[in-house]
Amino acid sequence: MRSDLEIIDEWVKPNIRVLDLACGPGELLHHLIQNKQVNGYGLEIGHDDLNTCLEKGIPVLEQNIDEGLQNFDDQSFDLVLMTHALQQFRRPDLLIDEMLRIGKECIITFPNFGHWRSRLHLALKGRMPVSDFLPYNWYDTPNIHFFTFQDFERLCREKDIKVLRWAAVDGQLKDHWWIRSMPNLFSETAIFHISR
Amino acid sequence: MPDVIPADSVGIVTPQVASFDTPLALSCGQTLASYQLVYETYGTLNKHASNAILICHALSGDHHAAGYHAMTDKKPGWWDSAIGPGKAIDTNQYFVISLNNLGGCCGSTGPTTINPETGQRWEASFPIVTVEDWVESQARLADLLGIQTFAAIVGGSLGGMQVLEWSIRFPTRLKAAVIIASAPKLSTQNIAFNEVARQSIRRDPDFFDGQYLDHDSVPTNGLGLARMLGHITYLSDDAMGAKFGRQMRHDAYQYNYGIEFEVESYLRYQGEAFTKRFDANTYMLMTKALDYFDPAARTDDDLSAALSKAQCEFLLVSFTTDWRFAPERSEEIVDALVKAGKQVSYAKIEATEGHDAFLFPIPRYMTVLNTFLTRISKQHILEKNHAL
Repeated sequence: MRSDLEIIDEWVKPNIRVLDLACGPGELLHHLIQNKQVNGYGLEIGHDDLNTCLEKGIPVLEQNIDEGLQNFDDQSFDLVLMTHALQQFRRPDLLIDEMLRIGKECIITFPNFGHWRSRLHLALKGRMPVSDFLPYNWYDTPNIHFFTFQDFERLCREKDIKVLRWAAVDGQLKDHWWIRSMPNLFSETAIFHISR
Repeated sequence: MPDVIPADSVGIVTPQVASFDTPLALSCGQTLASYQLVYETYGTLNKHASNAILICHALSGDHHAAGYHAMTDKKPGWWDSAIGPGKAIDTNQYFVISLNNLGGCCGSTGPTTINPETGQRWEASFPIVTVEDWVESQARLADLLGIQTFAAIVGGSLGGMQVLEWSIRFPTRLKAAVIIASAPKLSTQNIAFNEVARQSIRRDPDFFDGQYLDHDSVPTNGLGLARMLGHITYLSDDAMGAKFGRQMRHDAYQYNYGIEFEVESYLRYQGEAFTKRFDANTYMLMTKALDYFDPAARTDDDLSAALSKAQCEFLLVSFTTDWRFAPERSEEIVDALVKAGKQVSYAKIEATEGHDAFLFPIPRYMTVLNTFLTRISKQHILEKNHAL
């Protein structure tokens, strides 16, 4: 499993109701259903990913998140998840509001654009970074917002969102001390566990 | 007519008849003392009777879902595109049962069959039957065939309503519910369409208050009109446009009420063809069953509460251009199931065909159906082996 997913797995309590937004092929959800016995649902629009979920028996709903989540009641889930997808939606700020309306808690992971390699790439080459981790060109990337660990923290402060815990990982490496001390510089992926 | 039976066809099938002597109390208050159901089966029932799928038909469907009755048949069964060896509903894996519902006109007890108490045809005196009554009678057919639990029950449109009712009424008797292009109840607009259809039949002078067969008559005008109206609502604006546009019968306008546009000819043909194969009393009865269906009414209009009893897994499928049973209607069921914490998946299929799309072998639709059913089959057979 991806290192960010391993950390999330450690954070999730058993037997809760989980909504995974943009669940992809359902790797995390599958794991949580099998090992934490969660009552979980994934939202996805990619046909191949949907099919993979159907094949594995992961409850998956075809719903475009950008068109709204009004069909889910307030506080109807214990946990709303979104891994590596927030940067792909039109209004991440409003989406976070919605996630916190639907879920009592949320876990969000995103690629940290403040990582030293991104900074170096932009500073030295003067061009938008393309790496193994963010393998797209500026014109065809599904990632329409780029933000950093610090940007996200700041948004949470502005919106009065509680950060229950956070972690920062670099590729295969989990929460090392140097990443933890300077997450904005050293984390490739930021993981935030938040609530109102 | 097929010169050779295609390899992925179930081949030549023979309808069978099941007779029931245990009285069936109907929703309307009347009781059917005895009745018959005509059905077909495809594939082989396994040793543990754990691989059965029940197909529930829609408004104008019947038991002949797949294969051919004879080599001279012009067309195979109504859902042949989905049922057969290697098809989405794979008869190599599953034993598929398809029946004609009570009140039908294709062999099961209904307005055109004889009422044993009077020795006369039932005609208009045949009681109005509901989705609940159908599900009850289907369960009795399952008992007769030795099937305690279906691996899946599958239906589109009105058929999907029967599947939904199964999941609530007999929660332990199905592992999976596949509900396609359906709704938890009809919208006002849908009831309105049905009423126009019924009125066009009832106002036909050849209807004779439903006793037309006694008068050697058939309300072809009324039934034809009802079907024309229905047909428009089953297609999307785009699909009709693509098929006919403003294609003309003649080079110039005739300035009369004959056929000017090809779509007029098409509709008249569809209407007329329907009157040759379908009974007007059955059509009226089926539209009433649609109107009455509303399982949430039993739980203070809370669909989620109505579905709280369900134990099976659900697959919901809708089609983007379907406006008679729009995707939003399927999503009402999905949302209620999520609220109730049930296992549910949902696919919204891009399709141009409107409501009719559920009868077409749209590749993604077939893939979704097959992927879901293949996993159910593996899971269910594993569980069954484990239990033994």
